Amino acid sequence: MPSVLPDGEPMPEDGALPPDALRGAGERPLGFYLHVPYCATRCGYCDFNTYTATELRGSGGALASRDNYAATLEEEVRLARKVLGDDPRPVRTVFVGGGTPTLLPAADLVRMLGAVREEFGLADDCEVTTEANPESVDPAYLSELREGGFNRVSFGMQSARPHVLKILDRTHTPGRPEACVAEARAAGFDHVNLDLIYGTPGESDADWQASLDAAIGAGPDHVSAYALIVEEGTQLARRIRRGEVPMTDDDVHADRYLMTETALSGAGYSWYEVSNWATSDAGRCLHNELYWRGADWWGAGPGAHSHVGGVRWWNVKHPGAYAQALGDGRSPGAGREVLSSEDRRVERILLELRLVEGCELSLLKPAGLVAAEQAVRGGLLEAGAYAQGRAVLTLRGRLLADAVVRDLVD
Amino acid sequence: MPATPLHVPEPSRTDPALLRNFCIIAHIDHGKSTLADRMLQLTGVVDQRQMRAQYLDRMDIERERGITIKSQAVRLPWAPTAGDGMGTTHVLNMIDTPGHVDFTYEVSRSLAACEGTVLLVDAAQGIEAQTLANLYLAMENDLAIVPVLNKIDLPAAQPEKFSEELANLIGCQPEDVLKVSAKTGVGVDALLDRVVRDVPAPVGVKDAPARAMIFDSVYDSYRGVVTYVRVVDGQLNKRERIRMMSTGATHELLEIGVSSPEMTSSDGLGVGEVGYIITGVKDVRQSKVGDTITSLHKGATEALGGYKDPKPMVFSGLYPVDGSEYPDLREALDKLQLNDAALVYEPETSAALGFGFRVGFLGLLHLDVIRERLEREFGLDLIATAPNVVYRVRMEDGSEHIVTNPSEFPEGKISDVFEPVVRATILAPSEFIGAIMELCQTRRGTLLGMDYLSEDRVEIRYTLPLAEIVFDFFDQLKSKTRGYASLDYEPTGEQSAALVKVDILLHGDRVDAFSAVTHKDAAYAYGVRLVAKLRELIPRQAFEIPIQAAIGSRVISRETIRAIRKDVLAKCYGGDISRKRKLLEKQKEGKKRMKMVGSVEVPQEAFIAVLSSDDSASKKK
Repeated sequence: MPSVLPDGEPMPEDGALPPDALRGAGERPLGFYLHVPYCATRCGYCDFNTYTATELRGSGGALASRDNYAATLEEEVRLARKVLGDDPRPVRTVFVGGGTPTLLPAADLVRMLGAVREEFGLADDCEVTTEANPESVDPAYLSELREGGFNRVSFGMQSARPHVLKILDRTHTPGRPEACVAEARAAGFDHVNLDLIYGTPGESDADWQASLDAAIGAGPDHVSAYALIVEEGTQLARRIRRGEVPMTDDDVHADRYLMTETALSGAGYSWYEVSNWATSDAGRCLHNELYWRGADWWGAGPGAHSHVGGVRWWNVKHPGAYAQALGDGRSPGAGREVLSSEDRRVERILLELRLVEGCELSLLKPAGLVAAEQAVRGGLLEAGAYAQGRAVLTLRGRLLADAVVRDLVD
Repeated sequence: MPATPLHVPEPSRTDPALLRNFCIIAHIDHGKSTLADRMLQLTGVVDQRQMRAQYLDRMDIERERGITIKSQAVRLPWAPTAGDGMGTTHVLNMIDTPGHVDFTYEVSRSLAACEGTVLLVDAAQGIEAQTLANLYLAMENDLAIVPVLNKIDLPAAQPEKFSEELANLIGCQPEDVLKVSAKTGVGVDALLDRVVRDVPAPVGVKDAPARAMIFDSVYDSYRGVVTYVRVVDGQLNKRERIRMMSTGATHELLEIGVSSPEMTSSDGLGVGEVGYIITGVKDVRQSKVGDTITSLHKGATEALGGYKDPKPMVFSGLYPVDGSEYPDLREALDKLQLNDAALVYEPETSAALGFGFRVGFLGLLHLDVIRERLEREFGLDLIATAPNVVYRVRMEDGSEHIVTNPSEFPEGKISDVFEPVVRATILAPSEFIGAIMELCQTRRGTLLGMDYLSEDRVEIRYTLPLAEIVFDFFDQLKSKTRGYASLDYEPTGEQSAALVKVDILLHGDRVDAFSAVTHKDAAYAYGVRLVAKLRELIPRQAFEIPIQAAIGSRVISRETIRAIRKDVLAKCYGGDISRKRKLLEKQKEGKKRMKMVGSVEVPQEAFIAVLSSDDSASKKK
């Protein structure tokens, strides 16, 4: 969850949706995102909505406490039930993210999942993921999650190199994430992801290759690899501005991305989204695909975003204010936007184009079609897919996806 | 003491012996408008309550820049406090003249409407080149000169030194130079007395057919064109029909009168008088400065001399940043032309900049003023191409081309290229002689001569190609002389020169807006500079972009913008989507400000930065 909230219209107190939002909902899957806004320490590159114990001290009091967080979040799940009324859909995916969800006891995560199950019911093949910090889990913790209904776990590995981890302020020791994969497998998780970050200041091509090799060696069925984004307002941005660490050049990012594609595809992973690779269709993260395919999801927790039927809303950021709203029986929503049909068209192009299936050419207007044809000629879109009515990025096109989108939405 | 004198003679019934027609020659900032303000107050035509600074300057730009673009004529009653005419109310017509070299022709017509001039010089700075040029003009017209030093209240004033300088220039005694402070009003009454004493009364033939010279023409959105005239012979009466002698067009005098300083209608204007007429024409080109007006019936057969059509010297392409504002630009130019007979323009299309106009100006200040008015008064966002002069190109086959736009410079076998040249006069403290000569040499100047005005001030005369001074010459001159030098120039003809056209190619496509005609020795430097600048300003794109400078088919400079390789946000999950869509909207807005040159997106800023010189760009910010 990025920390800066968009501008929007105010949210009604009871969180009610416009009547149109639930029209045709039966056709769309429903997912839940559960945000855990706590971290042991704040990483220098992170601008997510998360808080350390020190940051919360005195500002939120008991309301923002970690100890009763699961109970607070349950309140929002019950609010969701009220808002969605008699929506009969069972939940297709649940994703617990943060922050660091595994700072909470496994029982709390299981309890949060339980609230969703109780209010909505989980689909038989429901994908239930949690993000996990390699240092805050052990075999017992993982087993407890698995037994509680979690079937997918995503570890923040970032890098195999200590000096890179240090720039990122990651506290885990190299080797620990790979061990986590084995522990997760042993606990019965079929689906395991490793998150990697490339382009960290001070990282060399060799460092990155080592990280890729280590991740592949651990054998997860899913790898996410992200170019480091230096967000304004982070410690890392300040260090770069002061010249303490160098900014990574975009061309280096491009090189590392190509290395990533080569290493992962050579090891049996296929890209299915710009920054995501999986060993099979079953290994894809279905929850994230809900985001990219315009499905409905409810994001519970401070600063969490939701989308139902063309209405996007977001919660207040601070855990104290969040708990206060729910305690008062109000929606914790801070604002929302109701998308126009043109907004939805643009979103579909910008999101679906990131996927290996691409987007339908029928979404494009005449100017966008002309641009698509140029992009095919320029080697940014696949000619074969284009002939079959779809815009699908080539490898070079993936690196220039935003530029392609700007032309296609015309 | 100041009060409107008694028995003020009325317009059309004023004895010419009581008339004094004079103007003020002064450099920008030497206090002309302030002096005019004091005169208005002292003669009682504007009371204290209505007084505002620079009363006569009507346009915001005039007031802000402290310059006068259009002339004004104000009728002031004054009874001298001493001397021969003491106690008798005279009528002083003060004609305010434009103070800039671009408007020399208008100045010459203003001078022709007068018998005398007040030469107003800052007592801390001494005379400046443009003032000197106008002084020479006044002397050629046999005008009586009343030398005045202003700002004597300033601590830095050196009245003795500059009295000496003025006395040397006009051939009088230093004691004859009046010392005033327009700011405090000290000495202004004595100055008015001196005008009555020294400026001759007009001499015209009272009973001859009417002949009046137009010395200014101003468009007023309520009244149409207001034309300022000086009656030389005879009399103009209200309601009579008049004829413009250059065009033969006839009009009815809807109104005739004088400014004092608000327009006041009268029965007519008699011999020697100065005033305004309104005929209902809507465009100043129908009432041209320098033209002679006569009565339709029993009119004069011979026009007064000196009429010239204004001739544009400097051209620039003006394009709206937003192409959809083209009709607004046309309308704005049409409106400005109503008030500016020297402004000429015709539509032009640039592959790089879209639809716009090639606009001709009298000079650089004229260009600046017009561009600023278009942007400020009409709210237009403009790109102006680098100013250029008019070239005459003779081909080997004997055919000739007149080139007002460098991109139209002919290809093929050229035998000669002619460019306009000017005679430039530079006044500066003598310590800067070396720096000035160096600058003029690099601008292909030829030294004509040099004179000392006083011990430490020199007048340097050069022949310079106009093209060399239209760009940043004045800025350079100012910076090399710590602001002390002043410049004046007048066109003196043309010369043949080794000139070539340098083209800039982006990804193989010629960008017409960047084509320039330069001397062949300067072509390489121009090419290298522009190519390097563009490389800096054009963002990397999905493909590699070569940027070249070429003379004909010969490439003289080349740089490459490497292809961008990464333009994708790494993460796009639930909470990122709204942000991402809004970012996209913002980027689309940014894209709209890009001009497509072939397949290359060029930011507007690149055009603006390349087309304006470094100096003038930084000066405006």
